[in-house]
Amino acid sequence: MTLLQIIFLVIAAVMLIGSFLVVTSRRLIHAGLWLILVMAGVAAMLVILEASFLAVVEVLVYIGAISILIIFAVMLTRRVMDDTGPQSTQLWWVAGLVSLLLFGGLLAVFARVPALLVTASELPADQATVLSDLGRSLVDANRFVLPFEVASILLLAAMVGAIFIARPETSVEGGEDE
Amino acid sequence: MTGLSFNDPFGTLGNLIRTFLLGLGLPAPWVTFIQFLVGSVVLIGATLGGGAIVLIWIERKVGARFQDRLGPNRVGPFGIFQNFADAVKLITKEDITPSGADKVVFNLAPLLVVMSVVGLWAVVPFAPSLIGADLNVGVLYLLSIGGVGTLGIMLAGMSSNNKYALLGALRAVAMLVSFEIPMALVLLVPTMLAGSMGTVQIVDSQATWFVALAPVAALIFFISSVAEIGRAPFDLLEAESEIVAGYNIEYSGMKFGLFMVSEFLHAFTVSALTAVLFLGGWRGPGAETYPLLGLLYFLIKSGAVYFVIIWFRFSSPRVRIDQLMALNWKFLTPLALAVVVVTAVVQKLAEALGWPMTPSLLGANILLALLTLGVLRAYARALRQQVEAQRGPDSAPAGAVGGA
Repeated sequence: MTLLQIIFLVIAAVMLIGSFLVVTSRRLIHAGLWLILVMAGVAAMLVILEASFLAVVEVLVYIGAISILIIFAVMLTRRVMDDTGPQSTQLWWVAGLVSLLLFGGLLAVFARVPALLVTASELPADQATVLSDLGRSLVDANRFVLPFEVASILLLAAMVGAIFIARPETSVEGGEDE
Repeated sequence: MTGLSFNDPFGTLGNLIRTFLLGLGLPAPWVTFIQFLVGSVVLIGATLGGGAIVLIWIERKVGARFQDRLGPNRVGPFGIFQNFADAVKLITKEDITPSGADKVVFNLAPLLVVMSVVGLWAVVPFAPSLIGADLNVGVLYLLSIGGVGTLGIMLAGMSSNNKYALLGALRAVAMLVSFEIPMALVLLVPTMLAGSMGTVQIVDSQATWFVALAPVAALIFFISSVAEIGRAPFDLLEAESEIVAGYNIEYSGMKFGLFMVSEFLHAFTVSALTAVLFLGGWRGPGAETYPLLGLLYFLIKSGAVYFVIIWFRFSSPRVRIDQLMALNWKFLTPLALAVVVVTAVVQKLAEALGWPMTPSLLGANILLALLTLGVLRAYARALRQQVEAQRGPDSAPAGAVGGA
C-alpha cells in the first residue's frame, strides 16, 4: 500500500463514521458538526485528487457558508428543534434494506475494479493551466457559458425572492434612520 | 529546491533534511509527507508560541503609549517576560465548564478558532523560498479558512449556555459573514493584476507594489480585515459594556487564553496578508539573492501594518451594529464591486492601447476615490437636510448631531 492509499483509507473511515453519526446523533447541533466533518473529508478527498480548486470551494461553500447557515438555524430555533421523540419510525428496516441493497450493488460494481492495484494517472504537471482552463470554459460560448449564466440568473432570482420575503410589509419608505 | 547554496538557507535546510531522510531508506512520498509535517509543526510553533507572545507584548507596550501609560514593565527588562508569567497563570487557572454547556462543542470551539488563524499562515510567503504550501488557489484558501473561524466563534457562543455569549455569537456571525463579501471581491484585484491566485505568484508579480496600482482595493481589504478580526472599532462582538464579553464570556484558563492568543495572532496575520497582497511581501532591494533579507522586509512591512491596526484600536470608538452594517453593505460592498470592474476594464484597456499600466490604474483609482467622496458628500448633505426639515425651523441649531 502506498502512502496515498493509507491516507485515503483513513479519510474514508472518518467520513463513514461521521456520516453515520450525522443521522444517529440525538442533538441536531451535533449532527450539524458531524456533517461538517464529512464535508471536510470530501475536501480532503479532492485534495488527494489534486483538484485544489474544488477542495477549497468545498470548504468555502459547504463548511464556510452552508453549514454555518444550518447551525445558525438550529441555534435560533433551539426550543423548537429540541426533539425528544423516538429517533426512528416503524419502517426503519425498509430504509435499512434499501440502503443495504444499494451498498451491495455498489460493492458488486466496485469489486470488478482492482482498486488496490490501480496507480493514479498522472495529471498535467502545470496545475495553473488546469485552473485557468476551468475559468475560461465558463465564459467560452462553445462550452459552459449558457449553463453558467442560467445558474447565475437562477441565483439572482432566488436572492431577489429572499429579500422580498424578508422585507417587512409596512413602511416601504423610511430608509435607514428609523 | 535548487542545489546547495548559502544564498538560500531555507532551501538548503530543506534539501539537507530531505537527503538525510532519503538516506535512512524511506521512500520518496513518505519523505515529502514527513517534510510537510515537520514544516507545519515548525510553522505552528513559531506563530503560536513565539509570534503570539511577542505580539501581545508589543501590542500592550504600544497601546500603553497611545494611552499615555508605560505598559508592562515589571517582569524582565521592559516587561518582556510579562506574557510568560501570564501564560503560566492562564495554564494553572481552574478550567471551568459551565453547567448546561455542550461539553464537546465547548471544548472544540477554541481549537477551531486557533486553527483558522494558524491555517492562514500556510500560504504566507515569508521569503523567496520560505512558504508552507504554494497553493495555486491561495487567495481562495484564505477566504475558506476564515469561514472555519466564524464557525468556531459561533460554536463558542452557542455551547456556553449563556445569553450574552449567544448574543455575541449572533453579532459575530452577522458581522463576519457580511464583511467576507467586500473582502472576497477585493481579493479579485490582486488576483487579476498578478494573473494568479497563488500568493507566491502574487508577490512575484509585484515589481510595483499593488498598493500603487490599486490603493482603493488595498484600503477596502484593510478595513474589512480589521472587521474580520473583530477589533476596535469593530469589536462589538465582545463589547464589554453591552454584552459583558461576548462569545467567550464563559471561557476561563487556557481556553480563554487560546481565544486571546488567536485574536492577537489574527491581527498580525491580516497585517502579513496585507503586506503580501498589496505591499510586495518579501520584495525589497537584495531580497532575491539573500532570502533572509526578504524575511526581514516582510516582517518590517507586516509590522508597519500591525502598528496601524493597533493605532486604530486605541484611538477609535466602537461603532453601532447598524452603522457597521451600513458601512459594509452601503459603502464597502458597492465600492468593492466598482473597484473590481474598474480594475478589470482599465487593465485590459491599458494592455490593448499600450498605455503605461501603473499611471492609468492609479489614475482610475484616484478618480474612483474622488467620485466616492463626492457621492458620500451628497448623501451626507441630503441626510442633514432631511434631519433639519424634520426638526422644524425653531429648534436647536443643526450640525451637532451626525447622520446615521
